[in-house]
Amino acid sequence: MRSGVALKRSVLRKSGKLIPLYPTFFLVVFFLVPFTVMLAVSFFHRVEGAFFEPAFEFDNYLRFFDPFYLGILQFSILLSMAAAVLATAIAFPFTYMITRMSRKAQVVALVLLLAVLSLSEVIIGFSWSTLLSRTSGISNLFVSLGLLEKPTSYYPSLSAVLIGLVYLSVPYAVLVLYPPLSRLDPELPEAARMMGASPMRTFFTIVIPLLRRPIMSTLILVFVFTLGAYTLPQTLGKPSSWTLSVHITDQAIFQANLPFAAAMAIFLLVVTLAMIAVTSMLDKTKSEGDTK
Amino acid sequence: MKLLRNLFVTMIFVFMAAPFVVVAGVSFNERKRLIFPPEGFSLSWYGALWTEADWFNAMQNSLVIALLSSLLAVSLALPIALYLWQRGNVLAKALFSLGLAPFMLPPVITALGLLIFWVTIGGSGQLYATVISHGVFLVTLPLVTISLGLQTINVQFLEAARVMGATERTVFRTVSLPLVFPYIVSGFAFAFVLSLNEYIIAYMVAGFTVETLPIKILNSLRYGYTPTMGAVAVLFALTSVLVFSLIARFGDLPRLLGAPARDAE
Repeated sequence: MRSGVALKRSVLRKSGKLIPLYPTFFLVVFFLVPFTVMLAVSFFHRVEGAFFEPAFEFDNYLRFFDPFYLGILQFSILLSMAAAVLATAIAFPFTYMITRMSRKAQVVALVLLLAVLSLSEVIIGFSWSTLLSRTSGISNLFVSLGLLEKPTSYYPSLSAVLIGLVYLSVPYAVLVLYPPLSRLDPELPEAARMMGASPMRTFFTIVIPLLRRPIMSTLILVFVFTLGAYTLPQTLGKPSSWTLSVHITDQAIFQANLPFAAAMAIFLLVVTLAMIAVTSMLDKTKSEGDTK
Repeated sequence: MKLLRNLFVTMIFVFMAAPFVVVAGVSFNERKRLIFPPEGFSLSWYGALWTEADWFNAMQNSLVIALLSSLLAVSLALPIALYLWQRGNVLAKALFSLGLAPFMLPPVITALGLLIFWVTIGGSGQLYATVISHGVFLVTLPLVTISLGLQTINVQFLEAARVMGATERTVFRTVSLPLVFPYIVSGFAFAFVLSLNEYIIAYMVAGFTVETLPIKILNSLRYGYTPTMGAVAVLFALTSVLVFSLIARFGDLPRLLGAPARDAE
């Protein structure tokens, strides 16, 4: 293959000498610049009734350290961790089963998962609130099965928020786990089966240990993904279940305090980047028999 | 064992489908109430999308923004992907990473950055601001699909065309472009669906003047439920399934999502 790579280089070198200025311009102006401006604004001084005035003060960051916001931070982290663990626990065996199915069945499963994944959080929140409602919700089914006396509403509540977040992140977790699981050498579980291990035992003693790094990456990525959820805690939860992302939006839009919102967003950004850095380190030190 | 496996897979799909079964049900209610199973059968709530001015307006905004921003995303992604493919130098890799970044971060961060940006330079509340913001935010999807498509091109085709005397432009137009075209369309479709569904950026950049369907739904939720929301949710779910089925029909979806290339099965 070495000659193939060399050929590619020599063929491609002859073409395309232009630096793509137009996309560079767009990404810098409409992505990098907004981040820089946000970073600057997070040090600005809030002006009541207007937006902000230039300053260099740490008040916005210090404000974050009062018990109210630290409580929100702790709640957001615990909620996202719970959602990440549940979603990964569901998604891992599910993805393993999908990758053992025929290519055709895999395509159908992937289409449905992508469809759910691409749906707006607004639509998912609305749909779940309908499913958990008193008039049209699942409790009516329980009543007709004789499990319940009369229909009730299961939202707004913390468990409704958690269910919504798990629903949101299962397809995401599946798509993160799909590449490593579909590249898993089928001979490894087969060998275990031939040696007499039950399918369950094979799954727990061969498949899971082989894929512990992708599982860790998935946990972290789902954690970051749910940390960014902003409408589900509002549509399915009480104000006590509002997460950091909801409060960022609230400060920016309804309290018109852009500097404080910016400081919280920068904080969330730092947490996210640290998490992504850990994941890419996990990916770099690829495990021994993981893929080929 | 196989039974157990199928049972588990089915259960997950029931979990995935459950909210939409109920929402589809309530969207057929005859009266303006959310009851399941529906009382009577009526398609009038779907009609409301066309007859009620504010819903129609939101739908129009959503479609215009999705169409323009995904075209913008593709036009930004193609040159970067080509540059990375041809050069693969540090600058190309940096540009590629910059293109992936918007999608890795929680969207609320990007949304707030864009809100502050558009408020500062003016443009907040304008349709074009939403289009540009979505276009840059969604560039990741066509960037990934097109890069993947370019990797599948056998360079010997290009060399052959070149040896036969084709100019660089001709090689691009007659060999490379047709080969990556399905990947360009996939990237466009991905971006289109996601722009249609995107809420927080559209809301922060121009939500008070340019209402899209997700914004309209969340705003109306505050004043109570109507079956029209159910109708929108059903249409959105169907659109997503349709678009991804088409991508699967014309491309190799498992490979696009990271499975090994299709082998003799």
